[in-house]
Amino acid sequence: MAAKIKIATTSLAGCFGCHMSFLDIDERLLSLAEVVEFDRSPLTDIEHCGPCDIGLIEGGVCNSENVHVLREFRNNCKILVAVGACAINGGLPALRNFFKLEDCLLEAYQDGIGVDNPQIPNDPELPLLLDKVRPIHEIVKIDYFMPGCPPSADVFWNYLNALIEGRDPTLPYELVHYD
Amino acid sequence: MSGTLCIDGIAVPFSDGQTIIEAARSAGVYIPYLCHRPGYAPYGSCKLCTVKVNGRTNTACTLPAADGQTVISNSPDLQHDRQRITQMLFVEGNHFCPSCEKSGNCQLQAVAYHQNMLDNHYPHFYAQRELDASHPDILIDHDRCIFCNLCVRASKEKDGKEVFGIAGRGIHKRLIVNSPSGKLKDSDISVDDEAAHVCPTGAILVKRSAYLAPIGERIYDHHPISEVACEKAVLDTQAAKGHASCDQAQLAGQVPQNSGSDSHYAASMPPAPDIKHGR
Ligand code: SF4
Ligand code: SF4
Ligand code: FES
Repeated sequence: MAAKIKIATTSLAGCFGCHMSFLDIDERLLSLAEVVEFDRSPLTDIEHCGPCDIGLIEGGVCNSENVHVLREFRNNCKILVAVGACAINGGLPALRNFFKLEDCLLEAYQDGIGVDNPQIPNDPELPLLLDKVRPIHEIVKIDYFMPGCPPSADVFWNYLNALIEGRDPTLPYELVHYD
Repeated sequence: MSGTLCIDGIAVPFSDGQTIIEAARSAGVYIPYLCHRPGYAPYGSCKLCTVKVNGRTNTACTLPAADGQTVISNSPDLQHDRQRITQMLFVEGNHFCPSCEKSGNCQLQAVAYHQNMLDNHYPHFYAQRELDASHPDILIDHDRCIFCNLCVRASKEKDGKEVFGIAGRGIHKRLIVNSPSGKLKDSDISVDDEAAHVCPTGAILVKRSAYLAPIGERIYDHHPISEVACEKAVLDTQAAKGHASCDQAQLAGQVPQNSGSDSHYAASMPPAPDIKHGR
């Protein structure tokens, strides 16, 4: 039996909506599981990405940890795919780019309505926030882009099949959506 | 003057005064555009409609059609340039389609879909632009303005007012409102003005009109802009019957024909959405 295709997935500054949409391929997951195995992913307990064929990145980068994870994926994945609007253009989290980071923190943790025990989190374990949220193609080279918020299950199915078969994914008109 | 020109190997008749883009549209041949609009004076700013005419680069929305012209529109080079232009428009403003009221009905987005544009290629600028929600009926989200000048032309030429203008150059270019405060509420605009409805993107929106069409029933959900832009013109001219090819096809070289050029302009298409619905 041929070795299984290795796939790693992660959500950086995303909402896991893309991962949920991935799961929407429903029973097709079973046939997928026959040909792929998952490395680092919310579906497994693996902490660091090992050598993989395909990496799926949901979300843009908003903090230092996102940057490290993204680079780890790039170093280990033969093919890296930007999944969804946030990975492609920053998406909803990038709406904070129009405010000073300090103002965002003050609003969320100190001055905002309904804030209890106001203090800006400063535990050294917490990753530092970047000044601006950035799409991932500004940090590492991305091989393919999967548009949509989220990309529909059919888009995932289409891309994964193409990549597993060694083809360039192409989307028919009906599947190209930015929303 | 009237006659015939040749666009990507297709013979396209034109009538007096037509530009290349309008002659093409009437024949069901789509040349992408954003700052152009049928019935409006040519402006020529977005460059999306760039074609080769007898070997020279021109904007199809400004150049008058002339007998015997050989026009190349769908060459890989020109399509690549169009994609880059569209990507620049996306990164220059702030286009978060998932939260945009115009999504599904937006010409900028539709042009990108038509090109199968899957990424924005360039670093994002994240421009700081302010929203003008001062008017009771009309909103300006400057984040989505592509400076196509259509609202400026609509206000001046169709509404007999001068509500909008474009000021500044390069990265300082911006849409301005002709009123003492610079706010829309103090201008002459009214919600019945053509200028309130002409914007090809979600920059000028009529309040309380968002999300009326559910996903799946929006203008470009199932019909690419190449169809939507041509269908009315084609029905008018009955050019839907099919395209004659022209002898200059060889001159045009390896240019692919407009894909499916005769079938998808069929008369069974839904009627063209009118201006109030963001065509
Ligand atoms: S104006 Fe068009 S391209 Fe821009 S965010 Fe809205 S739908 Fe998207
Ligand atoms: S507001 Fe709309 S119509 Fe006016 S210039 Fe900007 S994009 Fe064009
Ligand atoms: S449509 Fe011709 S330059 Fe914009």
